[in-house]
Amino acid sequence: MSALPPYASPLQKTWYYSFRVICGLIFFFLIFPIMIIVPLSFNAQNFFTFTPEMLALDPAGYSLKHYEDFFTNPSWQQALWNSVTIAPAATILATVLGTLAAIGLSQSHVPYKSAIMAVLISPMIVPLIISAAGMYFFYSRIGLQGTYWGVVLAHAALGTPFVIITVTATLVGFDRSLVRAAANLGADPVTTFFKVQMPLIIPGVVSGALFAFITSFDEVVVVLFLGSASQQTLPWRMFTGLREQISPTILAVASLMVAISIALLTVLELLRRRSERLRGLSPG
Amino acid sequence: MSDVTSDQVLTTQDGKPLKAALAKALRRERLRSLMLIAPLLIFIMLTFVAPIFDMLFRSVENQIVSETLPRTVVLLEEWDAGSGETPGEDVYQALHYDLMIASEYKRHTQLGTRLNYEKTGISSMFRRTGRRIADFGEVYADQFAALNPAWEDPMTWVNLMASDAWIADQQRWAASQDGPEPTFILSETAVAALPATADIYGAFAEFLQMEEGDSPTDEQPWNAVYAALYEDLADNPQAFSTFSGTNADLLREAVEAVPTFATASMKELFIDAEDGWGDAGNWAVIKTFSPAYTPGYFLSAADAQLTPDGLEMKPENQQIYLFLFYRTLLLSIVITLSCLLLGYPIAYLLAALPLRYSNLLLILVLLPFWTSLLVRTSAWKVLLQQQGVINDVLVWIGLITDAGRLVMINNATGTIIAMTHILLPFMILPLYSVMKTISPTYVRAAKSLGATDWTAFWRVYFPQSVPGIGAGAILVFILAIGYYITPELVGGTSGIFISNRIAFHISSSLNWGLAAALGTLLLVAVLLLFMAYDRIVGIDNVKLG
Repeated sequence: MSALPPYASPLQKTWYYSFRVICGLIFFFLIFPIMIIVPLSFNAQNFFTFTPEMLALDPAGYSLKHYEDFFTNPSWQQALWNSVTIAPAATILATVLGTLAAIGLSQSHVPYKSAIMAVLISPMIVPLIISAAGMYFFYSRIGLQGTYWGVVLAHAALGTPFVIITVTATLVGFDRSLVRAAANLGADPVTTFFKVQMPLIIPGVVSGALFAFITSFDEVVVVLFLGSASQQTLPWRMFTGLREQISPTILAVASLMVAISIALLTVLELLRRRSERLRGLSPG
Repeated sequence: MSDVTSDQVLTTQDGKPLKAALAKALRRERLRSLMLIAPLLIFIMLTFVAPIFDMLFRSVENQIVSETLPRTVVLLEEWDAGSGETPGEDVYQALHYDLMIASEYKRHTQLGTRLNYEKTGISSMFRRTGRRIADFGEVYADQFAALNPAWEDPMTWVNLMASDAWIADQQRWAASQDGPEPTFILSETAVAALPATADIYGAFAEFLQMEEGDSPTDEQPWNAVYAALYEDLADNPQAFSTFSGTNADLLREAVEAVPTFATASMKELFIDAEDGWGDAGNWAVIKTFSPAYTPGYFLSAADAQLTPDGLEMKPENQQIYLFLFYRTLLLSIVITLSCLLLGYPIAYLLAALPLRYSNLLLILVLLPFWTSLLVRTSAWKVLLQQQGVINDVLVWIGLITDAGRLVMINNATGTIIAMTHILLPFMILPLYSVMKTISPTYVRAAKSLGATDWTAFWRVYFPQSVPGIGAGAILVFILAIGYYITPELVGGTSGIFISNRIAFHISSSLNWGLAAALGTLLLVAVLLLFMAYDRIVGIDNVKLG
């Protein structure tokens, strides 16, 4: 498939090109919905579709008013503030606990390893609605329902599996003789960890932290049940906005979030390249 | 090592046997790794596993009936639900006390709501009776008061019912007003001689102190307490003999008067307040659901119900859950198949292209993967609306008329399109990682042996990609059957899943037990699927991005 041989029959040629067209259409399906909201968010009208002025590329058809609304409306600003206070706390908790556990799990001779792994990964597998239901029942028993810490703890629990998976993946390629060498040269375990192990697994930790962050930042089901009105996050605000169909400000928020995703994706890609380069696996 | 003989034990430098030293080192290492894992394990146990178990517990838990109507439930055990007759007067008397207490705590409406899940109409029965229950014992209260005005004085009751120690404590407290009033304690004499009265008066005192912040010394008891006193005195005319002083005199006077009292049948009062209390069927429901644990929620989740005659299916028009499970399953299968159909060519292309092109194209897959779920759902909401972009384009190119705009949202079509888009990366990524490892030499070998392009693909390439299909399909399917947000926003009524029903029961109908039972069933399905996933791929091989 990589290249069309010169002896290809007309039928093969037709298939070769039509296959590429099909793939192009599927890529279009993947990307188009995300990209379409960006121009729509500059709509001067309160419509969710292109106005004739926009199609004529008339500057009057475009405006920043939905962005303005987002940055001035107190309820959106409160939601933004809640999101940026909840997600980092959950990320730090998930990353610290997850990294320690991943290092523990990567050692040989861990008893009940697969059972422990299954428990630790479970927040990723159980459907969110079930986690949300269980946490809602349980947290209201112990008075955490509707509190900031309740949401942070829940989001941290949901984020840890991602940290474990990414850090474990980096540790698979980690040469344990380096730790032994450090110990041999007189370093205590803590020094070994920070001077030898940490710099090498840091890409895994950072990408795990990014996953944990995005899990919390995008999460809506759990916060919808666990939070009270004062914990309303951006996705929650978007969810209620979409359900009640209030304003195209949602599209402005969505466009900003696409920009955040692109930034995150870039960071991750750079990290991946760095770790491949360090291990000499670079594709060149 | 040749000089080591069988009776010589290898030792470390400080003389310990090597075997023991090794075992110790291993043990220390094992302990160290457990110490590293422990914080997270405890954290997940508390914040995640415990809530899941709480949900499992709630799906069978049913203590509300026996907690709200403890006296009634005990007496109902003797009653034969199959007889078709209502229970005797004693059960109604017990119900009078239970409901009196429950209505003060405002718990009778919760109980009514709970029982209403099993039989419609019970909720309003409890609610309406609760409003009138305080008057049921009035006839007794009036007669006691007419007999001796002392019965209207709260202090008469305190002296009769409270233990001496409490009265002393209370007086000390009343003088200093320091902190809360001491918790009311019944006197043993009263409990022995006037059991029913003591029981309900104790409940009355507890309610006053805990809920109202009042003192039993300031409040006249409920009418139900007078009814209980009448009952006790009628049962035990010698009750006064264990009391002394004014208490004994008051009681002796009351015992003599009691046979002349006008009485009220609680049964008649209840049936008078609400016809439902004369229906043996309602009593049967209370009896059926009086145990602390019930399979009732699970039966409801399977459209069945527990009746006094045993298990039966709900009436045809009330069967919704089996259909909803079926639809969740069906839509998830359709979504998985569409993901496979769209994902396979993309993964194939990515695997076949040189790495520098495929890495670029992979970004087109990863961008949607990293974009917020709500962003993607809002995009589809915008695109699929009747006044949305797709319909506009179709009208513009003349494929449909303005009047004939397609309805693609708020139905199953909307759910399928949006969820296929959202879950497609989860199909492509595992497929791609498997296809990357398929060596192109096999296909070339097949072709050089005379296979056509199709045969080479179908007989050689495709079988090698099956593990990827399995992994991707199960992953997408697991994610699909538990989805909530997208169906809620674009599914309307015909495109919603079982998760939406769970959410509905948690936040709107407040039938938490049923929500927990539905959640448990869904959880079991997901765990079974996940075990299959673990067999095919292994938890350790879950790759992200």
